[in-house]
Amino acid sequence: MASSTQGLRGLAWLLVLQSAGELLARGLSLPFPGPVVGMVLLLGALRWPLVREPVAACADYLLQHLSLLFVPVGVGVMTHLALVSQYGGRMLVVIVLSTWIGLGVTALVLFKLTPNDESVAGDGDAQVR
Amino acid sequence: MPKFVELWVYLSATPLFGLTATLATYVSMQAIYLRLNQVPWANPVLWTVVAIAGVLLATGVPYPTYFAGAQFIHFLLGPAVVALAWPLWQRRLELRQRWGRLLIAALMGGTAASVSALALAWALDLPHEVLLSLAPKSVTAPVAMGIAEKIGGIPALSAVFAVLTGLVGAVSGRYLFNVLRIPFTTAGWTARGFALGTAAHGIGAARALQVNADAGAYAGLALGLQVVLASLLMPLVFKLF
Repeated sequence: MASSTQGLRGLAWLLVLQSAGELLARGLSLPFPGPVVGMVLLLGALRWPLVREPVAACADYLLQHLSLLFVPVGVGVMTHLALVSQYGGRMLVVIVLSTWIGLGVTALVLFKLTPNDESVAGDGDAQVR
Repeated sequence: MPKFVELWVYLSATPLFGLTATLATYVSMQAIYLRLNQVPWANPVLWTVVAIAGVLLATGVPYPTYFAGAQFIHFLLGPAVVALAWPLWQRRLELRQRWGRLLIAALMGGTAASVSALALAWALDLPHEVLLSLAPKSVTAPVAMGIAEKIGGIPALSAVFAVLTGLVGAVSGRYLFNVLRIPFTTAGWTARGFALGTAAHGIGAARALQVNADAGAYAGLALGLQVVLASLLMPLVFKLF
C-alpha cells in the first residue's frame, strides 16, 4: 500500500538524518561534515525496517545517478579560468599522476591481501566485461 | 533576430535554465555514452561539463546565474552522501569478515593519493592554497569542500579538483588496472571497484557500477570509508604540521 510513497519517505529519512548530522556536527564541533555524520547515523538506523525499506527504494535511485550530481560543481571550473590558464598544465599533471598512484596502490594492496582461494572461486565472472 | 536574443536573455536568467540545461545535456550525453558501449572516454559527466561551460562562456551567462538553477541538483549531494550508508549496510557481513584488509587498502590508497598530490604540487611549485586544495581531492566533492575549508584550502577549487580526479579515474582506470594485471575475477573486480571508490570517489564508483556489480558495491563501500577516514584524519594531520 505504501510502495508508491516509499521513495519519497526514503528521501525524507535521508534529509532528516542529514539535518540531524548537520546539527550534531555544528553543536559538538565534530571534525566531520554534516552529511558524513548523517551517514553514520543512517548506518545505525538501517536495522529498523521502518527506516530501511523506504531508504532502500530511494538510495538505490539516488546513487545510480550519483555522477549527475557532480555536474554543477564541475561547470564551476569556468570561474577559475585565470588560475587554470596560469597553472592548468601543472595542476592536470598533479591530478592525473596522483589519481593513478592512488588507484594503483589501492587495487594492488587489496588484490595482494586477498587469499588465493577467494580469487579462484570467482572465475565464473571471467566472461563478464 | 533581436526577438530571439531577448528571449535568450530572459530564459537564461531564470533558474529554470540551469536546471533544464544540466538535466537535458546529461541525459543526452548519457544516451551517447550508452550508444558507444560505455567507452570510458565518452564519460557523460565530462562532456556535460564541457558542453555547459562552453555554452555559458560563449554566451556570457555568468556561473552564478547558471548555478541558481543547477543548485537543485547540487543540493542532492548531501542526501546522496547520507545514502552511502545503504551499500555499506548491505555488505555488512562481508565487511565484518574482511574489514582488516579493506581498511589497510583504503588507508594506504587514500594516503598515497593525497601525499603524492601534495608532493607533486610542491615539486611543481604550485601556490600554497592550490596545494592545500589538492589534498582532499580523492574524497567526494561536498566532503572535499568541507575538508578544504578546515585545512585552509579554497573549497570551490577543491570541489573542481575532486570532480577532475573522479573523471581521470573513471576514464583511465580500466587501462591502468589492465597494465597492473588485475584480473577479471571476483577478487579482481573487487579490487578494481574498491580502488575506484577510494581514489576517484562518486564518479569512479558510478563507472564501476555500470561495468560490474561486485566492482560497484565495493566502490560504494570504499567511497563511504574514504569519506569517514579523510574527514577524521586530514584535519588532524594538518593540525600537526
